[in-house]
Amino acid sequence: MKNIVIIGNGIAGVTAARHIRKKSNHSITIISSETKYFFSRTALMYVYMGHMKFEHTQPYENWFWKKNRIDLIQAKVENVNVESKTLNLDNGESVNYDKLIIATGSKPNKFGWSGQDLKGVTGMYHKQDLEAIEKYAPNPKSCKRAVIVGGGLIGIELAEMMHSRHIPVTFLVREDSFWNGVLPQQESEMINKHILENGIDLRLSSNLKEIISDENGKATAVIIEETGERIDCDLVGLTAGVSPNIDFLKDSKIEIGRGVKVNEYLETNIPDVFAIGDCAEQHEAIGLRRPIEAVWYTGRMMGETVAETICNERKAYQPGHWFNSAKFFDIEYQTYGWVWAKQAEEEGRFYWEHENGKIGIHINYNKTSREFLGINTFGIRMRHEFFDRALTDRQNVEFVLKHLADANFDPEFYKKHEKAIVDQFNAENNTNIKLLKMSWKRIFQRS
Amino acid sequence: MKIIKHIGLAICLLGFTVFTISIFTGENHVSKPVFDNWISSSKIKSSIFIEKTESEVVGKTMSTSELTSIIMSNAKSSGEIHKTKAESIEDPDKKNEEWAKVIWVKWNSTYKDYVYPLVRESVTGWVPKNQSLFFLFTFGFAIIGGLIYILPDYKLLGPAGIKNNGIFQHSATNRGVIGMVAFAFFVGFYIALYFFPNYLVNPIVSVDFISKSISGGSSSQWFLYGFMYCSVMTVFAIRMFIKYRHNKYQMVRTSVVLFFQIAFAFLIPEILVRFNQPWFDFKNAWPLDYDFFFSSNLDGLVDSGNLGVFMLVWGIVLTLIIVPIMVYFFGKRWYCSWVCGCGGLAETLGDPYRQLSDKSLLSWKIERWVIHGVLVFAVLMTGLTLYTYFAELENWKELAFGITAYDIQSSYGFLIGSIFSGVIGTGFYPILGNRVWCRFGCPLAAYMGIVQKFKSRFRITTNGGQCISCGNCSTYCEQGIDVRAYAQKGQNIVRASCVGCGVCSAVCPRGVLKLENGPEEGRIKSDDPIVFGNDGFKINH
Repeated sequence: MKNIVIIGNGIAGVTAARHIRKKSNHSITIISSETKYFFSRTALMYVYMGHMKFEHTQPYENWFWKKNRIDLIQAKVENVNVESKTLNLDNGESVNYDKLIIATGSKPNKFGWSGQDLKGVTGMYHKQDLEAIEKYAPNPKSCKRAVIVGGGLIGIELAEMMHSRHIPVTFLVREDSFWNGVLPQQESEMINKHILENGIDLRLSSNLKEIISDENGKATAVIIEETGERIDCDLVGLTAGVSPNIDFLKDSKIEIGRGVKVNEYLETNIPDVFAIGDCAEQHEAIGLRRPIEAVWYTGRMMGETVAETICNERKAYQPGHWFNSAKFFDIEYQTYGWVWAKQAEEEGRFYWEHENGKIGIHINYNKTSREFLGINTFGIRMRHEFFDRALTDRQNVEFVLKHLADANFDPEFYKKHEKAIVDQFNAENNTNIKLLKMSWKRIFQRS
Repeated sequence: MKIIKHIGLAICLLGFTVFTISIFTGENHVSKPVFDNWISSSKIKSSIFIEKTESEVVGKTMSTSELTSIIMSNAKSSGEIHKTKAESIEDPDKKNEEWAKVIWVKWNSTYKDYVYPLVRESVTGWVPKNQSLFFLFTFGFAIIGGLIYILPDYKLLGPAGIKNNGIFQHSATNRGVIGMVAFAFFVGFYIALYFFPNYLVNPIVSVDFISKSISGGSSSQWFLYGFMYCSVMTVFAIRMFIKYRHNKYQMVRTSVVLFFQIAFAFLIPEILVRFNQPWFDFKNAWPLDYDFFFSSNLDGLVDSGNLGVFMLVWGIVLTLIIVPIMVYFFGKRWYCSWVCGCGGLAETLGDPYRQLSDKSLLSWKIERWVIHGVLVFAVLMTGLTLYTYFAELENWKELAFGITAYDIQSSYGFLIGSIFSGVIGTGFYPILGNRVWCRFGCPLAAYMGIVQKFKSRFRITTNGGQCISCGNCSTYCEQGIDVRAYAQKGQNIVRASCVGCGVCSAVCPRGVLKLENGPEEGRIKSDDPIVFGNDGFKINH
């Protein structure tokens, strides 16, 4: 029986703990300064919006941890001594480990803006950020306007949060179209329109110059770099991406770059020390992925992998086909495989959009081999299993379109768009693809 | 827009206020023929009671509460006299004759069985004389005001989509003061309806003209209830149509469940009465319709000719064949959230309260014991009822331990039929969520749940590895199912209690959940539940 210590109780750390418990009798301790119990970070926005209470974001009831013999310590790890295998905590105590898993996640980026540490300036990442937002932006009376800096997934979530309480929002986006480093132009424009439809003051190609303080050290306005315009506000949300939360490792012997450097086995340069989730940085990026993947799903998969390595056989982190999802106000987004923002030379693209401007799909394939490479879906749900299989089997784009009805995952009675999609593809590409009817047999053929 | 909303709310509340005040302001004038008719139809044999009550009430005008208290006190005092007398009589026949004169006073039956019929027949005053005006001030205001309150949401809520904003910050939907007031009102109304309908006489009279136009008969408390039920469901269905206008499943489902309530539970039975046929709700299946096999119902149907016999056969076929087959193909949702009246109210009036259901493992344990306990109770009671029926025993004959079939039937009716399904089932919406009855009490739901769990094509499919454990699905599950617990493991949701309302799928921000009727094979992925994405090795959860 070994003494496993996990720093961080997010999805990566908790998944590792759960799987270690399933596979072994090791002693397990999770240390987190943020909260005692695991909660779903992705759901924090819903607490502010009143869709849920904080307790609803906790996937396991409080008795779960004791029952599964997972010890929880609420404290901050100040530093790690890899020689003595000791962690020193901010409460003065220290904890020994046989194996250490670093799963400390991310922290919001701050780019040295003047005023970035003022009161009323916050990220939207930690539970403490949520508390700050609740304090500085409880309602439109106390918060006349919120300015959000950074046009990514967290930025648009924060805009939706403010909007839910009728707080006017100015949304500063560095790029000339929302999230167009990730989304192709068509989808990016669809979301631009939807942001405007919700009454958000969207400022594209706009950077933050500085945040102005009032006499009490609280943010009172921002200045826009490009125009010099001053926008009065009571809350400034900094949502310009995240980076690994690893400052406490600076003086340890653990190798760090932007994140904790790991090999494909999620091992650091120090024996018995692993890093998983947002804070881990691969020496070599896996496939077309980035070396640091700050995504819920990858955190979970790394947790599963490290548990297997610790309890049984040494296993490499081998994520399958890329997938992700998000929701932009009312428009749901799913992606399977790769649909890059910029079309490569060898790629063929097919984009279909419904006349209501809120439903669309974008398919990426290889022009010569016709191999299906990926799909973005907006406002239409698709079956993960279908695309996972299509990518594994290296199906061509015609196969995917032919079987689009099998892929559809919208609720019953929803209007089906497959025919319109296939018709448009045929018209654009001079093909004669015939849409097949949905078949349970095919859907279940391998499960 | 907001001002319009507030005006609507004010008008609606005014309607409810007039309605509530009217409960306490009934007025009665008892004429001699009405009194005599009441005595004979109520089978009251005590001359002491009859003489005393006649002298005190006939020809006089008095408030309903005064009339009630006279009847109750005379029933008690005459009963005491007869009891004492009966005990002193030796001759068994005469003794029984004396006992038969006693009016047994019980809080949960005397008001509705004895007091209410007289009050209903003798009601007078402003309300019966101005029925349509009173109808406008109560139902009219409540309905019109409610609609004015709800309709602006079409614009106010913004573009179509899930807008559960502020639900846990609002007093009405988060067990706050408004929630508690609603709770008190619902519970109070159900107690009055089931046990003290004599006080509801003004509202009952105000829908008399509607009753006459449909069934031809005078309105009863049950007609009032049916009318209110349909009105409330209609208003709140309109709310659903606005809230879920982007979600066709919810639109279709809400329309269908509203249709079944209005047509099958309200109009068709009343129209049947107009044609001298038994009042019959074709969609109400045993054991939810717990008195279907009571001798009074069986005899009533058999005596009603061909249609009555058809109803009897239909009722049996519905329970034994149609219900399980439909559950096999579609899950119990076909009934619970598409057809059933209890479900219909829960999905309309109850929708604002769905998030209040308890999701803990403990409540799931309690649920399984209680709901299956009620099913066993219903089956035993019905078995006993049929035994006495076919053995041609009187149902007041002692069977064992001093208990009669009647005792068991009436305690089921009181505990389950009235208290559980009505007072707790609906009254507790603002505290325990909108499916308390369906989750913990309904024996039909228990029966269908067993079929759904073990032999059905229905499941909620989890979409590969897309779950982010946010918890919207679990929070908005009215049945208290921890949907997330399955979804985050990549498992399909196959639970006996799922009524297939589809809201977990609707509120999911990542497109993870879909209600499906597919092949049984692969429905439960318990052996091999894999969250997608990890290709490194096989993972068991």
